[in-house]
Formats: sequence, structure tokens, C-alpha cells
Amino acid sequence: MTSTAGTRPKEQGQNQVIRNGWLLRLSTALWRRPWARASLLLTPPLAWFLLVYIASLIVLLVTAFWTVNPFTSNIEQTWTLSNFQEIFTTPAYLSDIAQTVGMAAAVTVTDAVIAFPFAYFMARVAAPRTRTALFVAILLPLWASYLAKVYSWVLIFLNHGFLDWVVGGLGLGHPQLIYTNWAVYAVFCYLWLPFMIIPVYGALERVPASLIEASQDLGGRTWRTTRSVLVPLVLPGIVAGSIFTFSLTLGDYITPLLIGGTSANFIGNIIYTNIGIANNVPFAAAMALVPVVIMGIYLFAARALGAFEAL
Amino acid sequence: MQIFTRRRTAVSAVAAGFAALSFTVAACSSGSSAPAASGGAAGSGSSASQQAGTAGLTVPTANLPVLQTVGKGEGQLNLIDWSGYLDPKWVKPFEKQTGCMVNGKDAGSSDEMVSLMKNGGGGQWDMVSSSGDADLRLLYAGDAHPVNMALIPAAKDFFPAFQAPAFNTINGVHYGVSLQWGPNVLMYNTKDFTTAPTSWSVLYNAKYKGQITVPDNPIQIADAALYLEKTKPSLGITDPYELTQPQFQAAVALLAQQKPLVKKYWALASEEISDFQNGNVIVGAGWPYQVSALKAAKFSIGSTVPAEGATGWADTWMLAAKAPHPNCAYKWMQYISTPQVQALQAITYGETPDNAKACPIMDKLQAGSCAEYHADAPASYIAKLALWKTPLATCDNGQNNCVPYADWVSAWNTQVK
Repeated sequence: MTSTAGTRPKEQGQNQVIRNGWLLRLSTALWRRPWARASLLLTPPLAWFLLVYIASLIVLLVTAFWTVNPFTSNIEQTWTLSNFQEIFTTPAYLSDIAQTVGMAAAVTVTDAVIAFPFAYFMARVAAPRTRTALFVAILLPLWASYLAKVYSWVLIFLNHGFLDWVVGGLGLGHPQLIYTNWAVYAVFCYLWLPFMIIPVYGALERVPASLIEASQDLGGRTWRTTRSVLVPLVLPGIVAGSIFTFSLTLGDYITPLLIGGTSANFIGNIIYTNIGIANNVPFAAAMALVPVVIMGIYLFAARALGAFEAL
Repeated sequence: MQIFTRRRTAVSAVAAGFAALSFTVAACSSGSSAPAASGGAAGSGSSASQQAGTAGLTVPTANLPVLQTVGKGEGQLNLIDWSGYLDPKWVKPFEKQTGCMVNGKDAGSSDEMVSLMKNGGGGQWDMVSSSGDADLRLLYAGDAHPVNMALIPAAKDFFPAFQAPAFNTINGVHYGVSLQWGPNVLMYNTKDFTTAPTSWSVLYNAKYKGQITVPDNPIQIADAALYLEKTKPSLGITDPYELTQPQFQAAVALLAQQKPLVKKYWALASEEISDFQNGNVIVGAGWPYQVSALKAAKFSIGSTVPAEGATGWADTWMLAAKAPHPNCAYKWMQYISTPQVQALQAITYGETPDNAKACPIMDKLQAGSCAEYHADAPASYIAKLALWKTPLATCDNGQNNCVPYADWVSAWNTQVK
């Protein structure tokens, strides 16, 4: 490697060595210091995460302690707990929060009950080709626009719409579900079902067939085997799915806006009207912290049930 | 498990550091976005629910210089409008004449207009077609810009009541050009109502349970108050926007009774139109715009100003404080106040023009329309309508016992809905 300067090719070769040497030194340095390597790798995503997610949450938290001038709608930066006081002392807001949590819980339970047999069929009964077809059937709606799906339900629930036509044709009356919380409930169940099926399917697929056979050998019938073997093993999957169904219902305001009636006041709708219409951003921020806290508690409980291993 | 906990503490340590940083950022940015108006409003020391009227307030933008000559158009014009106010019938010719392309955003309520103007306060919007209940809120928040009326010649022909109305002119300074005015009407499906209803009482009648629609708007409390003014004289209501606490509670209670009868509180005019068309509702409160849209679609719709009178509005095209296209905005104000355009808009929307010269043109466009929309005798018609205004704590009687607008909003959201 002795360098005798003068001829061009040699000079280039030398540059190559020097560049290689510089890269080599860097890579050696990084190899020797794993922490430096890790921080270099993690800085961009972490900075993004902090900037976009954590920072916006903190701004939200701070804004919740301000108020708005009711006449000019300008934000007044005086520290006060009045927004929280208003939320927790106004019966209407408390019942709206309870209604939202109740709806989220009802949708979650319904989706779990529908998803379990469906996922069981996919994971353990269906032939590979059927399974693929079912997968496509589950995933296809996720590629369609949210609004298109909700509006198609508007057509179903409409006065003299499809549902009225079918039920009326059977001589069972005139349900008129549009603009009721029942309609909101049905649409939520439909919208979030794929988010429940997929983790439950994943959990069911991992249950060894031998355990089910063992249970049957010991005299366990279908119900007993399901209850004592299958459900406990699949529970983390159900809880993982319920995180999606619960949180998505908790935060949604478009479906209640389009399909809900006079009592469709959910947390998301209160936030929406306070920001979009009344311009009371501080109150909306305080309200937005309510689902954050509820989800925090929910995730804590879900972790205790082992849901994160099933994700 | 231990790794998990350690990582978590690391993240939260960074987050805590970031909290301090982002807090300063937040404080700075919102401090600069809302500087002027707090000075006027908060300076009086009045608390949120005890708004001391407009007495001690000043308009923060009053001294901004006005345009002296209208220059070349900027090519664009961004407007916030009531549904139906940007009909292609008069927007297309304007675009062709001036080269200013109109970009409109429909708003569903006065609150939404105030909110849009505030959030787009950095110069997103040029103008807003706000009503009398929103104008003062925009003015005193510093979101409106003074207007040089000398550049808008057609405004000289406006009826005296709209030359310098108190809702858009403060101390002789104009903040926009008056537009049109009209009633909130009672709408009904003529197939279900073979004889036209003559009273707002149908909206409070359990017979029509689940078939009624009313606007999702706190100002609806005034509609209830107007109804009570006529049907319950013992309450002593004289102005539906100036209610003492007992009067206010009576109106709110009436609306709370109405809630189980209501199928839908509509937020956008288009919602009400499709609900009538789909048969979801058969009677409701709405604007003449919905009536003319449904009539145009050959739907069996009828409308009336009932015996109790009606609430109504008087609109203004207000200039935004930081309008990015001021020349196009002035061209729009010049255009929209001319008799031809005033007449066309009045007939299309079903409202009354501000320009006194619009009457003969209306009759030419549609025989008898001048009298139908009261453009010939506005003074007697205006007496029938209670035009929207912002409820303030100070009543006209000089006492300070009226319920301010903030309480209207919270009552609407927590006691009615």
C-alpha cells in the first residue's frame, strides 16, 4: 500500500482507500458503541413521534386550562379549572360520557360475539381457499371510503328505505331506525368488526390442536372445551381486538352526526361542536382529555390481561 | 419486563423536557394570534358570564387604513357564505367580469361563521356573509376590516335602514356592505298538511312526534321566546333576544319539551332538504333557501310566516381583517349591491333586497315578486320580524339582568339537546 503519487489511477486508488478508511472508522466506532448506533437509528422516528404525537397532546393539555371569551370567542390565557368543573358538574355532559362509554362497550361485546365463531371457522374449519376468500371479504370494506360505507347505511335505515321495505314486506311494522342510537350502534358494529376478527383469528390459529383433542379425550364436550380451553387461550386476542373497537367508537363523531338523532351526543360530537362551531377550543381540549384518560385505564387493564402479546 | 419499564421512564423523561419546550411555543403562538381583542373585552374586567354589553368595547381594527381605489383583481376570492348565497347564477357572471374566481365555504350557523373566521384569521378568508347576531362578535374580536363605502356606489340606493345599520357600522366606520334580509319560515309538506298551518304551535305538538326538524343553533331559543311572547303574555317578553332569567328558562323549558318530538336538529341546509325529500320529517323550521331548493326539485313543500311572526336575519358581506384579496373583495361588494344582482339573489333565495332599485327588476324577472318578498314596503314587513342579534347582558331597558349569549350556548347544549 505504498503510495507513489503521480499517475492518475494510483491517485484514485488512494482516495478509495482513504474513503473506505473513513467509513470503516465510523462503522467501527458505531460497532464499539451500541448506544450511539441505537440513538442514530432511533432519533428520526422518535423525534417525529415526540413532535407530532406527544407535543400535540401536551398542547391539548395546556389549552384545557384556558378559557374563551364568550362574546368575541378569543382565547383568554388565564389558568383555570373551570372547563373540567363544567364537565364534571353538568349532568348533560356526564350522561353524554356515560352514553359514549356504554356505546363503546356494547359495540365491543357485540363485535367479540360475532367475531369469535367467524374467526374460529376461518382458523380451524375453512379450507385454505375459503379462508383466503373470507380474508378478502373482511379486508375489502377497509379499502372503501368511510363515508361511502356510512351513507350506504343511511340508505338502508331511511324512512321507507331498504330495511323498512323488507320488514314492512314481512308485515312486521315500520322500524324507522334512521336518526336513532340503534342505527348508530349497528353502524359502529359493522365498521369496527374487521378490527376484532383479525386479532381473534391470530390468537385462534396459535392454539395447538392437541390441546383441543386432549380436552375431548378427557370427556370435554364442545361447550366445555370452548369455555375452559379455547376462550382462556384466545382471550388476549379478544382484548387486543377490543382495544380497537372500544377506542374507535369512543372517538368517532361522524357516524353519530350522519346517522344519529337528537340524543346522539357523544364525546366526539361535543368536541366537534365546540371546536368547529362554537370555537371553544379550551373546553373541547378538556373534553378530549376524557377519552384519553378512559383509554389509558383501558390499556392498563388490557396489558394486565396479556393483550399486547397477542397483537 | 425491566427493560420495558426502563424504556418507559426514558421516554417520559424526554417527554417532560419536551413539555416545557412546547408549552412556550404554544403560549407564544396563541399569544400573537389573538392579541388585540382581549384588550378591549377582558380589560373591562367582566367575567365570562357577566358580559358588560358593548359599552366599554372598542373595535381593535377601527383605525386600519381603508382602500382608496380598487386596483386590479388578485384572481381569487375566498368567501364564507350561507348555503345558497353563492349561486352560479350570479357568481359565474362575476367571475367572467372581474377574473376573480370565487371559492366558497358553506357555513351552517352564525357560531360556525365566527369560528371559521377566527381559525382562518391568518388571511385565509376575504369575506363572510354573516348575520346580525354574529357581526358584533366578529367586529369586537378584531376579525373585520373597515370598508370605504365611497368605492361602493350602489350602496347609496339602499333603504335607509340598511345605509349604516348598527350591526355593521360602529361610530360611522363600516365593516362591510349590507346584503339582504328575510324570515326564518315554517316549512311543511303540503301532502301531510292539506290546510296550511298558521302557528308555530305545530312544532310543539305531540301529534307530529318524530316528524319535526329544527335548526341545531342556540339562537333557536329566540324562536321559542317569540312564540311565548305571543302565547304566554304573562311572562312579559318584549324582545326575544333580551330575556330575563325566568323568561329565558321558560323558553329553554319549552325547547326541552320539544326535544322528544324532534327527529333531527339540522346543521346544514342540505340535511334539511334531504330529510324532507326522504320523508324523514314533514314539518320544521328553515330558511327560504330550502323552500326554493325543494320547489325547484318539484317537491310538495309549503312555507309560511306564522301568525306569531318570525325571527329573521339581516346579512352583511363583512371584510376580513387580513383579507388576502382586497381588490377582488371590493369588486364583489360593488357587484353584489347592484340592483340587478340584488333582485336575482332575492328571488332565488326568497329574501328581501337592501337596494330600493331592485323592485322593478324583480317584477321583470318574476311578475309580482317585488310585493311577494316585500321589497316595496320593507318598513311594515320588518316590524313583523325579530331580526337576529347577539344577546347581551345589557338590555335596552338599561338594566343589566338579561341572559348573555354564552349562557344561550350552554343551555342549548346541556339543557335542550
